[in-house]
Amino acid sequence: MVESPFLSDPVISIKGLRKSYGETEAVRGIDLEVNRGEVFAFLGPNGAGKTTTVEILEGYRKRSGGEVTVLGEDPERAGREWREQIGIVLQSGRLDPYLTVRESLDLYAGYFRNPRPTGDVIALIGLEGKADERASRLSGGQQRRLDVGMALVGDPELLFLDEPTTGFDPSARRQAWDVIAGLRDLGKTVFLTTHYMDEAQRLADRVTIIAAGEIVARGTPEDLGERASGETTIRYRADGREVVLRTQTPVQTLHELTANALAQGEALEGLEVTRPSLEDVYLELTASTEPAE
Amino acid sequence: MSGLALVGHQFRYDQKAFWRNPASVFFTVMFPVILFLILGLVFNGETVDVRGGIEATTYYVPAIMSLAIISATMQTLAMTLVIAREDGRLKRGRGTPMPPWVFIAGRVGNSIVVALMMLVLLAIIGGLLFGVDLPWERLPAILLALVVGAASFCCLGIALTAAIPSQDAAAAIVNAMLLPLYFLSGVFIPEDQLPDGVIAFADLFPVRHFFDAFFDAYVPAGGPAVSWDNLAIVALWGVAGLVLAIRYFRWTPRSG
Repeated sequence: MVESPFLSDPVISIKGLRKSYGETEAVRGIDLEVNRGEVFAFLGPNGAGKTTTVEILEGYRKRSGGEVTVLGEDPERAGREWREQIGIVLQSGRLDPYLTVRESLDLYAGYFRNPRPTGDVIALIGLEGKADERASRLSGGQQRRLDVGMALVGDPELLFLDEPTTGFDPSARRQAWDVIAGLRDLGKTVFLTTHYMDEAQRLADRVTIIAAGEIVARGTPEDLGERASGETTIRYRADGREVVLRTQTPVQTLHELTANALAQGEALEGLEVTRPSLEDVYLELTASTEPAE
Repeated sequence: MSGLALVGHQFRYDQKAFWRNPASVFFTVMFPVILFLILGLVFNGETVDVRGGIEATTYYVPAIMSLAIISATMQTLAMTLVIAREDGRLKRGRGTPMPPWVFIAGRVGNSIVVALMMLVLLAIIGGLLFGVDLPWERLPAILLALVVGAASFCCLGIALTAAIPSQDAAAAIVNAMLLPLYFLSGVFIPEDQLPDGVIAFADLFPVRHFFDAFFDAYVPAGGPAVSWDNLAIVALWGVAGLVLAIRYFRWTPRSG
């Protein structure tokens, strides 16, 4: 076991991470920390540098600069002992079509020193009824759950999930979410990349948003919601033209607006007051940036 | 698990996947058998003008065995490793504590076991249907040729994956290399029927030398059972394949 000396130590610590592919800078100096037992969402549009970052953390890619520590070790130099403690679900992986659910899990269980019993994993991923079905006969959502199961079978401390629900229909997404939400109850640390705001909101304790290789926002889903409440939009029509007001103090603005309207006998047709959703914050933060990957 | 136990573990699942895959069962197991039956029935009773004249069926036993062994090793490995690589399964496996060589060793073990089974199966069919008995006194030479050939063609198959960009290209590239060589090396058409110079050209490649070594071991008429020069050339090809494989083999998908 590679135990970190203090429980409060971050499981993942990144300082000034950079990665270039030739002339292109995919990751431009990011810092972040992930604590033990939390579900951490790394959110951003396609090409923002999410997969590059997660593959550096997983030890698949070498970084161009900065410091990275995962479970107390540098992933570039970490060995077999370190791999006993991490589970990886790749963004686009296909399973062996000719092995059953149980066989796929047993195969992976053999790679680890202290695997979780296969039956437990099958229950965790909710595939009890499909245990002896070949992977090729599972639905897309079921295959993804088996994929997560294969990452869980080694009973890892830390789990990487790279866009686990991309391309799924709503019911398959919900099934995958239930499995991921269940991981928190097992006390696992989860590093989740996604480009779906609702996925991050639903699953994560903390969210960091990356765009064009740089971190543009971070916080709990609630923190980011606070940011969202910063500006309220008030719309109405006057003389057939639409009027849009943006305000930090909606109560006061509205009060003045309506008092004035009553005094003048105006109707304020189509009056509407909206606060931007988290989705709007996300879109605003990531819209102006060009993909770097 | 220790390294060797892990290889055994990996091998068990590779065997399951191999026998459940209709493509591998057909091309690796059924195809050589069907080819042997057709050629044996068509040319039964005829003689081939090699080593003073031998039965055509006697000629085809080592010929089809060579093909079956190359198919079980080089062809099977090149195709299944490319599929596993492009599916992301090689990359995923590298994310576990399993040492990467275990994965390759499991696949190579699978290929060698299938090659050995094909040898036995073809020997039985040759004996029962065409009266071509296994020359028992030459069994050590046959097994030596099998081991050298299987190991060398495994290395060549692993090396070849580096030249195959996608799953779709795998079968095309492997067949485009091997099918002409089978023809030119006298595997499909007996060598006495081939124009002059063809065999000399085929001698530039390992398929002909492997067939030659197998032929020497299998056909009692002729020189020594162990054809050292042919085996040495096959082994050299194998070493070259190993060097290329170590240098160029990749674990991550080419596409995406």
